[in-house]
Amino acid sequence: MAIISIRNLVVEYDARRVLDGLNLDIEPGETMVLLGGSGSGKSTLLRQILGLERAHSGSVLVKGIDITRCSQLELRLVRRSIGVAFQSAALFNSLSVKDNVALALREHTALAPSIIDLMVWMNLAAVGLADFGHLHPQELSGGMKKRAAVARALALDPEILVFDEPSAGLDPIVAAELDELILLLKKAFQMTVVVVTHELPSAFRIADRIAMLHNGSFLAVGTKEEIRSNQHPRIRQFLDRVPDKMGKASEVAASFEKYLRGEEANP
Amino acid sequence: MATLIENVGQKTLNHLDYVGGFSIQLWAVLRAMGASLPFVGNPYRWKASVGQMLQIGVSALPMVGLMAMCSGFILAMQGASELRRFGAMHYVIDLVAVGFTREMGPLLTAIAVSGRSGSAFAAEIGTMSVTEEIDALRVMAFEPVEFVLAPKYLAALIMVPCLTIASNVCGILAGGIFMFFTTHLSLGLYLHYVLTSIQLRDVISGLIKSLAFATIIVHVGCLEGFRVHGGPDAVGRSTTSAVVKSTFLVIVADVIFTAIFYYFTGKH
Repeated sequence: MAIISIRNLVVEYDARRVLDGLNLDIEPGETMVLLGGSGSGKSTLLRQILGLERAHSGSVLVKGIDITRCSQLELRLVRRSIGVAFQSAALFNSLSVKDNVALALREHTALAPSIIDLMVWMNLAAVGLADFGHLHPQELSGGMKKRAAVARALALDPEILVFDEPSAGLDPIVAAELDELILLLKKAFQMTVVVVTHELPSAFRIADRIAMLHNGSFLAVGTKEEIRSNQHPRIRQFLDRVPDKMGKASEVAASFEKYLRGEEANP
Repeated sequence: MATLIENVGQKTLNHLDYVGGFSIQLWAVLRAMGASLPFVGNPYRWKASVGQMLQIGVSALPMVGLMAMCSGFILAMQGASELRRFGAMHYVIDLVAVGFTREMGPLLTAIAVSGRSGSAFAAEIGTMSVTEEIDALRVMAFEPVEFVLAPKYLAALIMVPCLTIASNVCGILAGGIFMFFTTHLSLGLYLHYVLTSIQLRDVISGLIKSLAFATIIVHVGCLEGFRVHGGPDAVGRSTTSAVVKSTFLVIVADVIFTAIFYYFTGKH
């Protein structure tokens, strides 16, 4: 049985359809990468999976509970089994890294402070930040912030680990380190991992399956090899990094000249 | 004409939306307040409340005290300049004492807290919204209203009346200093006249007002913060909006409360 099951999901903003009847099953223990260009709807889909936004129609079942219709209590219980590392890390700036990781443990469990300290240290050590727990988020580099966010996401030993653009804004070496960390964590903790990204090297390194989004619809869902060999024009354009059609330089120049002469409203 | 009607309709809907948001937030925080209480609530929320009390109350005390002293002098001097002509200088004591306990103390405190803490709430929560910290709280199974807002509201409900009392004391004391230097009235005798001129209900009506003002300041500040969408410029706009709206609403609420007390007791 799928741990996350999306059925006929439709999301609209001001009558503009952002997700158009999506269907997707994510199996326990697999790494699913939601791949797509800017504005394809992948972040919106992620927010639906996390229950942060209301859908227009359709359902999102996480561990068998439809989070589009469940009560707040059920939603809170479902969320305790999901760890999320946000694109901006979203660490609480008023707390130290150690306290960021300890927060959920202190409030959602009855563990003794000494056990919590030990668990925090273990989580920070797992992401290579054992010596940086006393620092505040603003004192960390971009890559360290992302790793601290992963440590916080791991705090409650979640069944599902979600990454929003883990490589965004990082140099290739740090991005590759983060990919290896995701692979290591998955192997060590046997979690289901959902990653939203538009970085191709990262996606093909960590994915078991890839769902390719375009204009709010899935163009293809399959293994890395299936996606690589897919001949859909838009997928080929994305994988081969071909830009959309642009006007020729001479046409653009002529258009600007017309605009400057006042013959055209907008070049 | 159609555009005008559309604009009026849109503005009305926006205002109704704001009032609705304010009411929903107020109801949500009242339900979540239990978690912030000492002994029975969550100890981390109570700790956060104490931290907020220090920020809202203790840190604001010098500023509120100084503002009240200045206003006390102004009120006494303005009153004296007119009352002296009728040989009624002793009424300056009534003017300062009653004026501060009923009106000036709560209003001055509210304006100071609005400018100081209301804007800080909007900026803090707005920044948390922009940096996805509010979303992070939600996905970590925390309720942002309980986590962020309830400690601030509890702290304001305790500290704004305390600051109001401090403001009353400073304002009345300023009146006493003025009377000492102009009429050589001793401070002891001045305080005796003050205590005979004010009644308990004057103090209580001022404190009731201060509770309403605290509610307005915290909820407007936090609502503006929660409504931030976009980047840092939106945080700046929400901060300005929080101060402007809360100051305006505090004055409107003051009029309403004064009218209620006036008609019910006939003395305010």
